[in-house]
Amino acid sequence: MIVGTKIPRKEGLQKVTGAARYVDDIVFPDMLHGVTVRSTAPRGKIKAIHFAPSIRWNEFTVITAKDIPGKNYVALITYDQPFLADTVINHPEEPVVLLAHHDKHVLEEARRAVTIEVEALPPVLTIEESLAKTQIVWGQDNSPHENIFKEYTVVKGDVAAAFARQDVSLFEAEYATGAQEQLYIENNGMIATYSAQDGVTVWGSMQCPYYVHKGLLPLFALGDDKVRVIQTETGGGFGGKEEYPTLLAGHAALLAMKAGKPVKMIYDRQEDMAATTKRHPSKTRVKSAVTKDGDLVGLDIDFVIDGGAYNTLSPVVLSRGTIHSAGPYHTPNVRVHSRAVATNSPPHGAFRGFGAPQSIFALERHLDEVARKMALDPVALRKRNFIRQGETTATSQTIREPVDLAAVLDKALAAADYDAKKKRFLAMNPSSVVKRGIGFATFMHGAGFTGSGEKTLASVVGVEALANGHVRVLAASTEIGQGTNTVFAQIVSDTLALPYDMIDVAQPDTRDVPNSGPTVASRTCMVVGKLVQSAAIGLEQTLVNAGDYKHGAGADAFAAACAKYIAKHGSLKCYSQYQQPANVEWDDKKYQGDAYATYAWAAYVAEVSVDMATYEIRCDDFVAAQEIGRVVHPVLAEGQIEGGVAQGIGYAIYEKVVWKEGRMANGQMTNYIMPTSADAPPIRVLFDEQPSPHGPFGAKGIGELPMDGPAPAILNAIAMALDVSPRAIPFLPEDLMALVKK
Amino acid sequence: MEAVVSDAPETLMALTLTVNGDRVRVAVSPTRTLLELLRYDLGLTGTKQGCDKGDCGACTVLLDGRPVNACITLALSVEGARVDTVEGLADGPRLHPLQDAFVRLGAAQCGFCTSGVLLSAKALLAENPAPARLQIKQALSGNLCRCTGYTKILDAVEDAARALCSKGQQP
Repeated sequence: MIVGTKIPRKEGLQKVTGAARYVDDIVFPDMLHGVTVRSTAPRGKIKAIHFAPSIRWNEFTVITAKDIPGKNYVALITYDQPFLADTVINHPEEPVVLLAHHDKHVLEEARRAVTIEVEALPPVLTIEESLAKTQIVWGQDNSPHENIFKEYTVVKGDVAAAFARQDVSLFEAEYATGAQEQLYIENNGMIATYSAQDGVTVWGSMQCPYYVHKGLLPLFALGDDKVRVIQTETGGGFGGKEEYPTLLAGHAALLAMKAGKPVKMIYDRQEDMAATTKRHPSKTRVKSAVTKDGDLVGLDIDFVIDGGAYNTLSPVVLSRGTIHSAGPYHTPNVRVHSRAVATNSPPHGAFRGFGAPQSIFALERHLDEVARKMALDPVALRKRNFIRQGETTATSQTIREPVDLAAVLDKALAAADYDAKKKRFLAMNPSSVVKRGIGFATFMHGAGFTGSGEKTLASVVGVEALANGHVRVLAASTEIGQGTNTVFAQIVSDTLALPYDMIDVAQPDTRDVPNSGPTVASRTCMVVGKLVQSAAIGLEQTLVNAGDYKHGAGADAFAAACAKYIAKHGSLKCYSQYQQPANVEWDDKKYQGDAYATYAWAAYVAEVSVDMATYEIRCDDFVAAQEIGRVVHPVLAEGQIEGGVAQGIGYAIYEKVVWKEGRMANGQMTNYIMPTSADAPPIRVLFDEQPSPHGPFGAKGIGELPMDGPAPAILNAIAMALDVSPRAIPFLPEDLMALVKK
Repeated sequence: MEAVVSDAPETLMALTLTVNGDRVRVAVSPTRTLLELLRYDLGLTGTKQGCDKGDCGACTVLLDGRPVNACITLALSVEGARVDTVEGLADGPRLHPLQDAFVRLGAAQCGFCTSGVLLSAKALLAENPAPARLQIKQALSGNLCRCTGYTKILDAVEDAARALCSKGQQP
């Protein structure tokens, strides 16, 4: 078996020798560079565009909204976001003009010589202003839905009755989370070419080639076969290259069409941080009803996220955040009301965790506060309420697979030496300037698209055998560092009992690979991997049916059978399409049912030290225990958890987006601080394996899970160390100072 | 910095340096950075541009054995120097122990920071063949990685240090 082993990653050699080709490493003859001129006002009307006479504009390719041959919208869930603003400005990074020139330095000078004259309108910059409808900035129709992209209500049981019970204590508090930049080390970039015969071709850094494909079709009013999208080696994504690359691909392609030459657009760090998507800021009000023994009998949650200026993926982010807001608890009475609101910031978008880190932060902080107020042990409070097999989630989904989150929690607490440390810290802290704390969070994360999402996507994967017996996986699922190539090859290798070296994964190119859906939602290994497996089985069956092969006959026999089949039929490919399992049912109207086919379950423990002389907060130790189904590749799986935990630590105590008139004011790594090797604590990763029928070899989703736990665990540790109730992240030294001096 | 004015003819100046053991003579503009020289003039694209401000370390190369951010090093300032990049790490088909450890232990995920990390680690091991974990953390603190949380990178550097020590090799 290759599944479960530490086989080296497929493209590892290229990555350690510098041979891997990222988009900015690719050069075409006669290629131009492109840049974007953006609005500076957060909201207004474009009155004029001025081109300073100091520039020889006839040397440049210049594009405005007027040059768009097709539709001026980015096709996603709704069609509200333009590729280029024509008359209306809705956020301060709105693209208005595109320029191309062969000399990058000259181009930069020209960018500064374009002035967008805007008649400013008053912007809406916060969740509160948007909800108060101080200005209507989206969906003006005199309905209650103005400024609201999406709204959900989830109801289970009778919350009012639970809160009216005589034997419960009621708790209520509001929690907030800030924006977070994905901060992949490779900025967004695209190269485009255009010809009348072949249409548009783009190469670039991306997670979802078919999102880009879908977006370019209406922009150029071209048919399916006239738009080709090719993923280049991608230097990290984390959601930041899910929907945004469509916009950049469109820009590069518009310039390429007009210039008649290849055009490369690579964002610099400042532009990438300021203009592209970030994690949605959120506000969550949690009300709970708890019996004196610690039974959580009612949860009433109001969850609001800031979607920025356009709808983009906010409804889906809101959905995941809503469903995860009640946590891994079997609370009988739950009401969740959630809204995604419009503001005049650049659209917020996909980022690992996708709404769940926000609402989980609120609930896990809240439960620690409840435990503290009721003098209950926070461990006992969680354990008493953990969902068990046969019980239901907030959407009334019955958990059918075995789950033992208490065991996962015990494992994490033991590895962290939680009890002894807590006792020691409580004894030492009163006499110490450096206070130490230990805290934890327990949570679940659904794998794959929410609700009916996978059914709607109906993803397709292909597997192709070559005459030499090598097998190629054909999927649009991208390798972005997480290990897609390796995991797919492992799955095929074990399914076909062929050596790992005989399995290749095709570079995603929409001309060659079917639409296996976007590389998001912790779905690649579990959902797409399962399709890879079934396509591989189908391929082998074709050879068996031809009478030329028997499973396990070996590589030589397989190669001979492939050669014979291909000689006769020309090629050997097999495709597999997603079918919703019969027992997975979802009601989109009532928001009830099986929100996800399966969940991963986790308990994270953080240890912190807080220097009360400097207010510096450090995370000193971290234990991440989780049940993720079958671990397909232990090193890659640990890598996912370790990397996600580090991002979560940044989310909790380092990474602050400073907003000024709707624009990121600290768009650089100098003062937007992500954890360095000197900041990251030892991260110990523990796995439980409860194989799930929904993934290949029992695998479940894993990628987003580690983003959910660190922030509440760390803030709970800070709360323990200082006997305070911090309710907002990022929690920086200045926030701590303000809290303790209050 | 003032933008380059399009009318001004570029004054090119001669530069001689040694890159990955090869002597190189080029004519460069005074505004050319070492990173631009490597990537655009010499085609050594293994060295990456992540921020262009000296913040992220993706462009780290060795200048006479010391790690520097190539993006904020002017090309003309390295006259006569020895520059080592990721392309020069392996000995033909034989990977450097750091490269080997990075592949085996999962220290490279997306790979974009990897070149810079490898060179910072190489400089560390040259100076300190058996570094403590904390020393590795400090030596790599100028190389940002968003994928790994650093654990596997630190493991790989320790592994390579052991391999180099046991072979009695110079890093």
